[in-house]
Amino acid sequence: MQEQVKTISGVNPYKCMKCGKCSASCPSFNEMDIKPHQFVSYVLNDDLEALLNSESIKQCLTCFACVERCPRDVKPGNLIDTVRQMVVRKRGAELLSPEEVTQLLDPELPQQLLVSAFRRYRR
Amino acid sequence: MQRIGVFVCHCGSNIAATVDVEKVVEYAKLEPGVVHAEDYQYMCSEAGQMKIAEAVKDKNLTGIVVCSCSPRMHETTFRNAAKRAGINPYMVEIANIREHCSWIHKDIEEGTEKAVILARAAIAKVNLNAPLEPGESRVTKRALVIGGGIAGIQTALDIADAGYEVDIVEKTPSIGGRMSQLDKTFPTLDCSACILTPKMVEAAAHEKVNIYTYSEVDKVSGFVGDFTVDIKKKARSVDMDKCTGCGVCSEKCPMKKTPSEFNRGLENRSAIYTPFAQAIPNVPVIDRENCIMFKTGKCGVCSKVCQAGAIDYEQQDEIITENYGAIVVATGFDTIKLDDFDEYAYNQSKDVITSLELERVMNAAGPTKGHLERLSDGKAPKEIVFIQCVGSRDVTCRGKEYCSKICCMYTAKHAMLIRDKYPDVNVTVFYIDVRTPGKNFDEFYRRAVEEYQVNYIKGQVGKVMPQADGKLLVQGVDLLDNRQILKEADMVVLATAIEPEAGVRKIATMLTASIDTNDFLTEAHPKLRPVESPTAGVFLSGVCQGPKDIPETVAQAGAAAVKAIGLLAKDKLMTNPCTAKADELLCNGCSTCANVCPYGAITYEEKEINDHGIRENRRVAAVNTALCQGCGACTVTCPSGAMDLQGFSNRQILAEVDAICR
Amino acid sequence: MTYSYYPGCTLKTKAKDLDVYARRAAIALGIELEEIEEWQCCGGVYPLATDEIASKLSSVRALNAAKEKGQDLVTMCSACHHVIKRVNDDMANVSDIQMRANNYMELEEPYQGETSVIHFLELLRDKVGFDKIKEKVVNPLTGRKIGAYYGCLLLRPSKVMAFDNAENPSIMEEFIKAIGATPVVYPLRNECCGGYISLKEEERTQDMVTKIVESAGGAQAESLITACPLCLYNLNKNNSKVDMPVYYFTELLAEALGVKEEVEG
Repeated sequence: MQEQVKTISGVNPYKCMKCGKCSASCPSFNEMDIKPHQFVSYVLNDDLEALLNSESIKQCLTCFACVERCPRDVKPGNLIDTVRQMVVRKRGAELLSPEEVTQLLDPELPQQLLVSAFRRYRR
Repeated sequence: MQRIGVFVCHCGSNIAATVDVEKVVEYAKLEPGVVHAEDYQYMCSEAGQMKIAEAVKDKNLTGIVVCSCSPRMHETTFRNAAKRAGINPYMVEIANIREHCSWIHKDIEEGTEKAVILARAAIAKVNLNAPLEPGESRVTKRALVIGGGIAGIQTALDIADAGYEVDIVEKTPSIGGRMSQLDKTFPTLDCSACILTPKMVEAAAHEKVNIYTYSEVDKVSGFVGDFTVDIKKKARSVDMDKCTGCGVCSEKCPMKKTPSEFNRGLENRSAIYTPFAQAIPNVPVIDRENCIMFKTGKCGVCSKVCQAGAIDYEQQDEIITENYGAIVVATGFDTIKLDDFDEYAYNQSKDVITSLELERVMNAAGPTKGHLERLSDGKAPKEIVFIQCVGSRDVTCRGKEYCSKICCMYTAKHAMLIRDKYPDVNVTVFYIDVRTPGKNFDEFYRRAVEEYQVNYIKGQVGKVMPQADGKLLVQGVDLLDNRQILKEADMVVLATAIEPEAGVRKIATMLTASIDTNDFLTEAHPKLRPVESPTAGVFLSGVCQGPKDIPETVAQAGAAAVKAIGLLAKDKLMTNPCTAKADELLCNGCSTCANVCPYGAITYEEKEINDHGIRENRRVAAVNTALCQGCGACTVTCPSGAMDLQGFSNRQILAEVDAICR
Repeated sequence: MTYSYYPGCTLKTKAKDLDVYARRAAIALGIELEEIEEWQCCGGVYPLATDEIASKLSSVRALNAAKEKGQDLVTMCSACHHVIKRVNDDMANVSDIQMRANNYMELEEPYQGETSVIHFLELLRDKVGFDKIKEKVVNPLTGRKIGAYYGCLLLRPSKVMAFDNAENPSIMEEFIKAIGATPVVYPLRNECCGGYISLKEEERTQDMVTKIVESAGGAQAESLITACPLCLYNLNKNNSKVDMPVYYFTELLAEALGVKEEVEG
């Protein structure tokens, strides 16, 4: 599993020096159950099950603040998105359904929002 | 025909674990010229060297091959052993079967095969070796120290105390360096100026020390024992002999808008200035780029007010040429630029400062006269946040991959001093690791926590946000509590990474001294020759070699001095006989070799040549063996194959290649 | 100056203003924007998983279309710019992605990142020049205090986007100066607006947006500009605290150039 995450994300979690700058920068920190810096060490410890079930993969905004500021070039955001992809690629495991969206629509809502949300939360 | 002995070392298990040494011995015996081969556990030991001596005697050897570690490690050892046994030292060849073989192979068969091949190549070379005799060169009994900080001052004083003349070249107007900018020093908290200034005075007063300030090394030629150096003394525009150091000129100078280098730009200075009150020499310089007189031709205030008549607008740069036996580099460091770390708002807020700037703020001679205050509004801060590792341990293009080493200790110092003097100020330190190895260092850090209640938080800061009310909102993380922190601070202090002083690359190039990817000067051996450059006669003192604190710098400065003294104490030096030699019959006088020679060792002469009975005058290359360093650039450049390197002749190299390909 | 132009889906529907004003301003500035034919949606997000190929192909098609015309590709929407710029970087530098994408595409000549992708703001800065724009302004927005809202996608990751200093950008501030207004710098101008999370997490988005508009308001900004339809939507919809109108930067450009009301064509 760890190998798969490493390959798909292109991230080497061993580069992490556990400084926490990713978590210090993350706008979704409080909503995440597994914090960005922990996400990296979960991959290191091969605890993928916890990551696949985490709230964090839904809460990450892909704002790239962690990627931008990481002094070791680890790219925690890429790891999170990779795990999210691994979830939504499974049939029936989507994090967003079209039925659900119809409830959420608002006349001003731009396409861009729907497209991005579907791309992040569904296959 | 040579009579060669081959000696294969086990190096404990270093070699023997991945190379079948007995097999190497067996195969070596089959090679032409080999009359003796044996293996031993530690060839470099006294017993090992005895074995070589015995074999020379018993088997009447004329050449020796030692299959062992890198020649950088023990070539000299085995050459000396050969000499004692009565063989010319240059009849010894080393086959490096450790670094080049056993250490990089895991498979014993592969390792053994390669070791055999390397041995074979060395044997093929020894078959063509000829005895060589080193020449002699003189030693100029004078040393040059580049850089006048604590490292340079200490090195110069130690060399001078041993009785040798020393020149210090310092590019700024005063000696003193970074240490002169510091307020207190860890872990004893003694005042930096109080311990540095006496050293500066001692250097200035020492009859063997000569100081060139506001000067730079312009050109270096020559070699160990006999360097020739051009020193550019920049025009000071003030007559050093006439000036009394009264300071009226700086006071009256109408141009006071240049950021003070000494106060890290936190305060302005005049165009004619002395960097700081205790400067040595206490003679100002005119900064011509900012002086109204030099820019417009109209002003002359300093000249009018100078009662000694010392101002000299006509003064020119001056080049001084001097000979030295040894050169010590002590160029020091600076903090990195923070333009790529704008998440910490250094460029956006005056209240975000570097630790070196805080030294100036805390110092009685600094911009705030030693009062701790915000530089934006002069208010007393109540909440101060320190951020560690800003740009250190950073592998992106923004920072430096190394640990700057001094920051953990100076931050503990700053935190403690602030809490001591201003007990109502809260101090928080965000850190990744606290690294405090050193005598009384960890105790010092713990004192900051336990006695002074400095709040150490394990975690980094993501962003510093200047607020409309002037406060700084610090967003960080506490990794032990696993929570994000938002903290309002009045000041933020950044433990900024240090890097070698900007000019070091140019100096290293002039000295042909190697530097690493971070521009730190490389030592000849990281453990065993830490204060010597691989370039003979060049020594390293202080942070130019790697991050270090003051005690380490002073210790290394002394060590560099001892190495320089050891060189200066000699009357003559043996020169390396492995120098280039031109075959006058083949040379066509084209000058290609002279053009590539980095040492200026090749000249041309008109000479009568007897070419198979035909006598004619030809222009041919001649090598000055005292200058030649044996790099071989000429031999590969020569279009007619006339240049050859003694001890590494084309024939010898090709014999090695043939042996490897056999 | 003729450029290939990629407007993106949202600019054809909810964000027509961003597009229309840009086109009018372009004409006034003597720039020809040629909309590429049969462009497809960029996907809105750049797929970070390196094994995603299909979702990168629409960008490659747009990039290749510009390449065939020998033109730079101009983008307008932050998200489209982010996706296309990063896919282009992959096509130039990641041989595995380059090979697999080209296998799908079956182009006459493989695409290898030849096109240069520039955001309209970069075009204004680097090709036209803010000085030049200043000269052409007929209706300077003197006295208006405007905060630039950059968001995430234009700036980060700076190694690939190479748009501006990601932590202390200045291109929009320079733009604001060029149209005669006063730029207001505030620290949260490069913080995330909440992005697509606003679909399901209204409260969180409100929280994030409030912080941003309060930061801008605290620094005395009276309005904000953005280059992103989603940012504009989030900033407008989730702000109930501060009076802070949000405009597309192209609208203010058209206004300053005196072409805002012009009928198209």
